[in-house]
Amino acid sequence: MTDDHVYLSLAEASPEPEGEGRWAYGTGFADPLLGVDTAVPAGLDGADLAAYCLMLGDDALVLAQRLIEWCTRAPELEEEVALANLGLDLLGQARQLLTRAGQADGTGRTEDDLAYWREEHEFRNVRLVEAPNGDFAYSIARLLVFATARGALYEALAGHADPVLAAVAARSVKELAYHREYATAWTLRLGDGTPYSSARMQAGLDAVWPLVEELFTAHPVELRAGVDPALLREPVLGSLAAVLAEAGLTVPEVPALATVGGRAGRDGVHTEALGPLLAEFQVVARAHPGATW
Amino acid sequence: MVTTARTGAWEVAAAVPDPELPMLTLADLGVLAEVEVAEEGGAVTAWLTPTYSGCPAVAEMAADVDRRLRAAGYPDVRVRLRLDPPWSTDLITAEGRRKLAEAGIAPPGPAAPGLLGLGPTRFLDSGPGAPVASGGHGGHGDREDHGDRGGHEARPAAPPVPAVTCPLCGCADTEELSRFGSTACKALWRCRGCREPFERVKEI
Repeated sequence: MTDDHVYLSLAEASPEPEGEGRWAYGTGFADPLLGVDTAVPAGLDGADLAAYCLMLGDDALVLAQRLIEWCTRAPELEEEVALANLGLDLLGQARQLLTRAGQADGTGRTEDDLAYWREEHEFRNVRLVEAPNGDFAYSIARLLVFATARGALYEALAGHADPVLAAVAARSVKELAYHREYATAWTLRLGDGTPYSSARMQAGLDAVWPLVEELFTAHPVELRAGVDPALLREPVLGSLAAVLAEAGLTVPEVPALATVGGRAGRDGVHTEALGPLLAEFQVVARAHPGATW
Repeated sequence: MVTTARTGAWEVAAAVPDPELPMLTLADLGVLAEVEVAEEGGAVTAWLTPTYSGCPAVAEMAADVDRRLRAAGYPDVRVRLRLDPPWSTDLITAEGRRKLAEAGIAPPGPAAPGLLGLGPTRFLDSGPGAPVASGGHGGHGDREDHGDRGGHEARPAAPPVPAVTCPLCGCADTEELSRFGSTACKALWRCRGCREPFERVKEI
């Protein structure tokens, strides 16, 4: 037997439960909610729950893609590994949330259907996550904002009426906690470093800040199916202000990025940055529809 | 009628090695949550609790459990995921911790209680650029003493990183090189005694 060698044992793996053989480690992308009870609890609107999971899942998916773009480009190998690991966490969260969305709306769409076959205007992520990476300071500033806000949101969602969303949130909040630790450490290091590093970090924050307000602007679906993000404004901004004060940085005072008649990322109205990101992300799946490996 | 006694099918599933840390079994890792055998017909259902959201090993774990149970003579096997309660490194058994150390990987300390707090900012014991940990504590007394100097949240600070002893030589003079290592669950450390690098499973 080849039990102790993962590659060999995979070649012998039973066709269950994936229903197909796999030839290499890590390529067996089973249902991320395999065997979990997926009935939508009574009292919850399946369409709203699905739309909400899609919003959170798209946030995680798009930021995962941005983080993974740092591979081969980060200042040090350790940071490259770190950013890729954070992206992997977000990708895992996105897979569960998109899968949940496809179940809850009754369409039976899979995570892949939703990730690879929707158009730009069908994505529901906030614009913060789609902005290009900028320099390292910009990416760190964005990560600090996102991890702080999303950690606080997941903390609240751990008590959600949908047991699947609640479980995903409870799992993810611990991951977001160390994403925030990582971003905080770099914010302190750069902000409290040389005048040059401090100026670069401040510039990164200044450029990110117009996208922060959208995180706290409630979409009707969020009010019906989730947590009112406006309730997070004070604790999240307070926490961010504390980090910035500690780092000798200032909270930017800049106007929020304009919306289009009140519509923004949650309505599918995005910046020009999302299209190219999706093109790169979706190209293989669309060039070889239905391909498995 | 079903039985969840930790015999038979449980023993088979419990012996499956983790794909990433093959010196540990799924039971050692705390990933195997429950194994149920239907009294009538003998159908087996095994529940796994995935570790990190992005862990790519879950599919392999499920396939391995399925295959081992079938090989042990259980024809009707289902492997399911159980997401609640979430996995924590606190679920790694004492035996699992011993095997990790034996393999040169420092086992995790206790996970932080509760969830994320938005509290003090200077709780980082050894992030990039921070002074390195010496035995997990040295050099950080100032931070721990003033852990709440951000001062505006009454939430508890994250616990300090526990003392990490080198799994290779037992020396307590160690430092974190990078919070992120070859897999999401491990950090990269170095012993200042024997000068060897080693991996450490992070608390979560």
